[in-house]
Amino acid sequence: METIETEHGRVRLNPDDVMLGELLVTDEGVELEVVGLDPLRFEPAPQEEEDWGE
Amino acid sequence: MTLAGTARPRRGRSACVTDEVVMVYDRLRTEERMLLAAFAREGLPVRAEYAPDLTLDLSEDGPERAVVLGRCVSQTRGLALARVFEARGWVAVNRAAVIATCGDKLATSAALGAAGVPTPRTGVALTAEAALRLCERFGYPVVLKPLVGSWGRLVAKVENPSQAEALLEHKEVLGGPAHKVHYVQEYVEKPGRDIRAFVVGGEVVAAIYRSSRHWITNTARGGAASRCPLYDDLVETTLAAAAAVGGGVLAVDLVESERGLLVIEVNHTMEFRNSVDTTGVDIPGLVARHAAGQRELLA
Repeated sequence: METIETEHGRVRLNPDDVMLGELLVTDEGVELEVVGLDPLRFEPAPQEEEDWGE
Repeated sequence: MTLAGTARPRRGRSACVTDEVVMVYDRLRTEERMLLAAFAREGLPVRAEYAPDLTLDLSEDGPERAVVLGRCVSQTRGLALARVFEARGWVAVNRAAVIATCGDKLATSAALGAAGVPTPRTGVALTAEAALRLCERFGYPVVLKPLVGSWGRLVAKVENPSQAEALLEHKEVLGGPAHKVHYVQEYVEKPGRDIRAFVVGGEVVAAIYRSSRHWITNTARGGAASRCPLYDDLVETTLAAAAAVGGGVLAVDLVESERGLLVIEVNHTMEFRNSVDTTGVDIPGLVARHAAGQRELLA
């Protein structure tokens, strides 16, 4: 596991295992979504959409 | 109608059948991680595809055919992808028709009703005025639900005509066209819990109670999960509900009422993170084996 500083906060992840769309939570409790792998990029995870569900 | 002699060969027959199950997803949540781990544990080949990155040309078959396990949190994306993959001759878990039915509460109610599966009394009205009359006919309290959505979102228990008028006015003014189809359901008193039963293929593999002080008992809304035994009536009603919507990998939500078990809804992209330890059942492992077993349908 590595600790990575992002503009939204610090996250821990395995760079060899992380996947697009993965949800990560920063030390400050912000939920991030992985939107790029090379280089790694993160954005705040979108809030719930109307058609989201089970 | 297809004229004799003009029918084209069934799509995808020239594409190579792959061993991999293709899991399409748009958010990699705990469930998707658990599924990938289950495939690895079972020694079953799997490939994860990030749905937002896919481009699918409907005029081409593509180089392969496979089983596709849909795990999109967006029901719109999940349905679109299942339709495209099926058109290419892939086998979708769940099938597009099942997603279309389960993703729409009215379609689900219609399918359950047609199959004689017990449900709360449910009705639909296309204007606020008609919806008020329906509420009066059912007797307050009633439950108003959007046709699309999960986790109890925008589900309202309406106690009296004043509340109904206010809610219906908001839906009429602020909502899109789908919110003007008013889905009204009888409010069923339940013993502080409901039941979620998990179906994989033609089998009920596990069930949990979801308990809460709130009348909405979804675990996503804070409901507590505990193991529910698989008794005969539960299994029979769950399987009837699953069959009514077309079968597959499903979570059936039921309430215990004075009239016996009633089916509330059927979910086609089920969440199970709170249910594996609770039930002791390897739900993701069963889903992985089921998906891999669907490969024989590609032949």
